[in-house]
Amino acid sequence: MLSRNSSRTAQRLLRAAAQPSQRLNVARGFASVQDAPQNSVQSDLFKPTKYGGKYTVTLIPGDGIGAEVAESVKTIFKADNVPITWEQVEVSGLDEGKPSARTEEAFNEAVASLRRNKLGLKGILHTPISRSGHQSFNVAMRQELDIYASISLVKNIPGLQTRHKGVDLCIIRENTEGEYSGLEHQSVPGVVESLKIITRAKSERIAKFAFSFALANHRKKVTCIHKANIMKLADGLFRGTFNRLAQEYPQLECNDMIVDNASMQCVSKPQQFDVMVMPNLYGGILSNIAAALVGGPGVVPGCNMGRDVAVFEPGCRHVGLDIQGKDQANPTALLLSGAMLLRHLGLDDHANRISSAVYDVIAQGKIRTRDMGGNATNHEFTRAILDSMEKAL
Amino acid sequence: MFALRSFAAPAQRQYVRAAPRAAVSFSLQIQRQYSAERVAKFQGKKDSNGNYPVSLIEGDGIGPEIAVAVKDIFAAAKTPITWEPINVDPILKDGKTAIPDDAIESIRRNKIALKGPLATPIGKGHVSLNLTLRRTFNLFANLRPCRSVAGYKTPYDNVDTVLIRENTEGEYSGIEHVVVDGVVQSIKLITRDASERVLRFAFQHAQSIGRKKVRVVHKATIMKMSDGLFLNVARDIAKEFPDIEFDAELLDNTCLKMTTDPLPYNDKVLVMPNLYGDILSDMCAGLIGGLGLTPSGNIGDECSIFEAVHGSAPDIAGKGLANPTALLLSSMMMLRHMSLNEYADRIEKAAFDTLAEGKALTGDLGGKASTQEFTAAIISKL
Repeated sequence: MLSRNSSRTAQRLLRAAAQPSQRLNVARGFASVQDAPQNSVQSDLFKPTKYGGKYTVTLIPGDGIGAEVAESVKTIFKADNVPITWEQVEVSGLDEGKPSARTEEAFNEAVASLRRNKLGLKGILHTPISRSGHQSFNVAMRQELDIYASISLVKNIPGLQTRHKGVDLCIIRENTEGEYSGLEHQSVPGVVESLKIITRAKSERIAKFAFSFALANHRKKVTCIHKANIMKLADGLFRGTFNRLAQEYPQLECNDMIVDNASMQCVSKPQQFDVMVMPNLYGGILSNIAAALVGGPGVVPGCNMGRDVAVFEPGCRHVGLDIQGKDQANPTALLLSGAMLLRHLGLDDHANRISSAVYDVIAQGKIRTRDMGGNATNHEFTRAILDSMEKAL
Repeated sequence: MFALRSFAAPAQRQYVRAAPRAAVSFSLQIQRQYSAERVAKFQGKKDSNGNYPVSLIEGDGIGPEIAVAVKDIFAAAKTPITWEPINVDPILKDGKTAIPDDAIESIRRNKIALKGPLATPIGKGHVSLNLTLRRTFNLFANLRPCRSVAGYKTPYDNVDTVLIRENTEGEYSGIEHVVVDGVVQSIKLITRDASERVLRFAFQHAQSIGRKKVRVVHKATIMKMSDGLFLNVARDIAKEFPDIEFDAELLDNTCLKMTTDPLPYNDKVLVMPNLYGDILSDMCAGLIGGLGLTPSGNIGDECSIFEAVHGSAPDIAGKGLANPTALLLSSMMMLRHMSLNEYADRIEKAAFDTLAEGKALTGDLGGKASTQEFTAAIISKL
C-alpha cells in the first residue's frame, strides 16, 4: 500500500511537471476518492483482486442509448489495453407491468455479479410510470447493494460553449432512503400517503462521505441542501447532523441552503457552489439543473459508492429512449465515468490518456455529437477519440 | 417539538376529516359546481364610487415604499380601485399565532388582497404568516409566471413560463413524526380532491391566458401511488378540456430541459404538486434574474392574495432604493384576476418599456435611480 502510494505520488509529480496546468485541473475534478488521507472514507474502500493480471468489472449497458455508449467504452478501453475484463449483464427495465421471470433473473444476476466483482460500470435502466409497473431497478440496485453515496461531477468542459462559465461543482446525494423509500399507501380512495424516511445514521454516513470527499479532492466548501423550514423534523435531522459533523472539519467551509433557493442560485450564480450534499429527491432535481449548465446528461460523469461496492454510471441519469438506435448518443458521460473507475483502481495512466483524448476531441470542436452542437455520430466521435489517443502516443 | 406537533395536528385532522366526507357526499355537488363555472372566480363587488375595494398588506422592511409606488402608478392610470390598508401583525389566540380579526374580515369582504413582503421571525416557534394566510383562506393554488425583463441581462433570453403549484398538501402537509430516536417519517399527502381543484384551475388559467398546452410535472416512476394519483386525475380533467393539449413530463426532464433552454415552455402552463412547484418556480425566477422581478398569486375559492415573494430587505428599508417591480407585476396579475385587463395591459407595457429603456433602473438591476424616480418614469409613460 505504502509503496504503491508513493509511486503514485511520484507519477503525479512527474505529470504535473510534464503537462500544462489546465489538463491537470481537469483531471483533478475526477481524482479518485482513494486519495483520501487518513480518515473515514478509507475504511469504505476495498481492493478488488486481480485475476491473471486483470480486474473483472461488471458492465450493465442499460436501456436506451446504453448499448451504444457501452460499446464505445469497450472499444476505447480495449484500444488502450486497459487491464479489465468485462462481465456483461443485460438487464432491462423496459417491461411494462410485472417484470418477466427472465428480467428478474437478469436483475439478480447483475446484483450478484456486482457483489462478486465489487466494481461496475452501468448505464441507466428504464422505469415505467404506470402503477402496475415494477419498482425502479436503478433504485432497487442501490438499495440492495447499499451504494449510498451518489456523486455527480459537474464541470465546464473546455471548448464546449454553454450559458454558464466557470462551473465546477459536485453533487453528493443520499441514495438509499428519503423520498425514494418506496413506502406508499392509500388510506381511503383518493387519499394517498407517501413516506419520506430520514435517519440519523444514514445522514451521518452521507455527511461524513461528503466531508471526506471534499478533503480528498482538495475542495474548499461543502453546502448542505435541505428544506428544513418546512420539513422541520425530517430535513431538520439531516441538516442538524450535517452541522454537528461540520465542526469536526474546521478546514472546510460549511454552509447550508434551502433547496428552492439553491436551484435559483444554481441557474443564476452556479460558480458559488463547490461540494453539495443532500437527500435523495433534491439530488435528482439539482443534478439535472446542474447538468444542464455544462452541456447536458451526455457530459456529466458520476458514481455510486458503498461500503463494498462502487458502481460508476452517468451522473445525470437519463435513459435516452428517444435517440436509441440512431447512433446519436454522446458516450462522454460513460467514458468519463469509466475514467473515474480507472482512477478508483489506481490505473491513473489509462484514465488520463482516455479522458484527455475525450477532452481534446471536444475542445477541437470538429467532431461532436448532436447534444454538443455537432452532427457527428457516436461512431465518428468514438473514432476521433481513438485517433487522438493514437496521436498522443 | 411542541410547536411542531400543534402545527401538524390541525392539518392532519383537517385532511382526515375533510377527505372522506367530501368523497362520500359532496363530491358530486362540488364537481357540478366546478365544471359549470370557473374555479376561483373573482366575486368582489364595486363600492358606491364604482371602485373595487382591495385589501392592502404593505408588509415589513421595504414593503411600505414599494406599496406607495404601486399606489401612485395605479392612481396615475385611474384604475378603479380603492385601497384598504390592513395590519396583519400576528396576535396570539388560544396560544396560537393568528391574524387579527379585522384583517381577516377585510379580505373576506373584498375577496382580494395585495401583499408586500413579510419578515418571518426565525426560531420564535410560530408558523410563518404566509402559511397562516394560506391556511386561513384555503389558497390552494400558487400561480407563478416568469417573464424575461428586457432591461436586465441574464444568460437566458425571452423566458416566459407559467407555473402552477398545488399549495395545500403534498410534501408540505406538515405531517411528520419521530418513529424512534434518529428515524423520522415525513408524509407526502396527495388527495384526489385537492389535485382535481388545482388541475382544473390550471386548465382554466391556460384558457384565460390563451395558452394551448398544459403539462403536468411529476415523479410517478418513483412515487407510483401519490404522483400517480395526481397524474391520473390530470388525465381525467384533461378530457373536459378538449381544446387544450395535455401531456406529462418527468421532473428530471423538466429540470434538465428548462435549464438548457426554457423557450419551448413559453407556450405551456406547467402544473405540479407542492414541493416540485416550490423548487421549479424559484428556479424559473433564477432564469430571469431573481425574485425581485417575479410576481406571484395565491388563488383560493373565495379569496385570492397576490404578493411579492422576495424578502423584506431590512438593509435598504426606508432609503428609497427598493425595486417595486415584483409587487407591481403581482398587482397586474391581480387586475387580470379581477377582469380589469385593459388597465393591466397599459400599466404592464409602461413598466416593461421603462425597464427595457434602462434609464431609470434601481440599484438591484444595476441602475442608480431611486424608487421614486423609477415610479415617475413609469407614470410618465402612461
